[in-house]
Amino acid sequence: MATPNTPLWEVFIRSRNGLAHKHVGSLHASDATLALQAARDVYTRRGEGLSIWVVPSSAITASDPAEKGMMFEPAQSKIYRHPTFYEVPEEVGHM
Amino acid sequence: MYTQALNTSSDTEDRNIEDAARAAQFQARIDAEERIEPNDWMPAAYRKTLVRQISQHAHSEIVGMLPEGNWITRAPTLRRKAALLAKVQDECGHGLYLYAAAETLGSSREELVDQMLAGKAKYSSIFNYPTLTWADIGVIGWLVDGAAIMNQIPLCRCSYGPYARAMIRVCKEESFHQRQGYEIVLTLCRGTEEQKAMAQDALNRWWWPVLMMFGPPDQASQHNDTSTKWKIKRFSNDELRQKFVDATVPQAQYLGLAIPDPGMKLNQASGHWEYSAIDWDEFKQVLAGNGPCNRDRMAARRKAHDEGAWVREAAAAYAEKRRQRSAAQAA
Repeated sequence: MATPNTPLWEVFIRSRNGLAHKHVGSLHASDATLALQAARDVYTRRGEGLSIWVVPSSAITASDPAEKGMMFEPAQSKIYRHPTFYEVPEEVGHM
Repeated sequence: MYTQALNTSSDTEDRNIEDAARAAQFQARIDAEERIEPNDWMPAAYRKTLVRQISQHAHSEIVGMLPEGNWITRAPTLRRKAALLAKVQDECGHGLYLYAAAETLGSSREELVDQMLAGKAKYSSIFNYPTLTWADIGVIGWLVDGAAIMNQIPLCRCSYGPYARAMIRVCKEESFHQRQGYEIVLTLCRGTEEQKAMAQDALNRWWWPVLMMFGPPDQASQHNDTSTKWKIKRFSNDELRQKFVDATVPQAQYLGLAIPDPGMKLNQASGHWEYSAIDWDEFKQVLAGNGPCNRDRMAARRKAHDEGAWVREAAAAYAEKRRQRSAAQAA
């Protein structure tokens, strides 16, 4: 009989006070509690984090990198979304 | 995951002692500049204050789309139109970041939006003023967004993590808003006499309502003490208002526009611009629902909410259909 697959989890760590959790990697675990413990053991051995999130990899819906052109091109042409597009004379100072 | 039972003990006295200890621990974390995160213990009043403030902030972003949206179809050039569209789109996004931050405290967005539509929640008084001319769009970007930035920069260091992080993103985006506004006003001021007069008229109408955006004077504000203790608020209303005035006066001078306050003068000793008394009765009237556009704004929000109902229903029905289909396939 084939060995059943152990579910994959994505691990997110808050590295410093006030920062958002950031993806650091993945691991296998049979449930959420074990995933959290394994994440602690694997990803925070050198004091990398204050807090850990684990999320089943299957729960993540991702965009297709092959379609990045179609996905992100509309933002490329909208330079007026950037502050530097607008002329504010230097004498007026920072705004 | 973000809603938590604050107390499980049934013994009230034990609970009070425990709460006092937890409250002290909580305050120590705040004093040490630690950020409070959704799953952390927090006093019920801290949670309530934040839900009120963040949801009001979110409502303001959403209602704030109305006065500017009024000019999208009438922007003078394609360049201005694209910029204004992008700005209004940003405001909508800001509303979303803020509702999401409020939701981490255990209130749903639907609940918060319903409170607003029922007239039970406030939004910024400034959006109850009309945008009568194109110059108003310039002055809103320059001053209304300028005042919002003044208010929001310290909020990037607010003790509640999700709110602070939302503010960092918002502040980055606001910079474009203020600059595009100033550019509009500058263009008008460099234009014909008539265009400059239009800019001056807009400044005359917006100046005092913008100063009111910072809220009641310090001695009259009801939320300052605890909000300051909890580091939700880092500066008082009057401190922020003064910072704003000091930053804005030279900008107006550069434009060649007069601030509509004949009593305003520079205090040579302190280096601050001193402004005349603000008409707080007007502020109270606007907050009480009697500003020039309160009824219009509420009517527009309710109409949009009602007319969007079928979209929400259709999306939910489609998701349900797909769920049933994939369940049937799996079976």
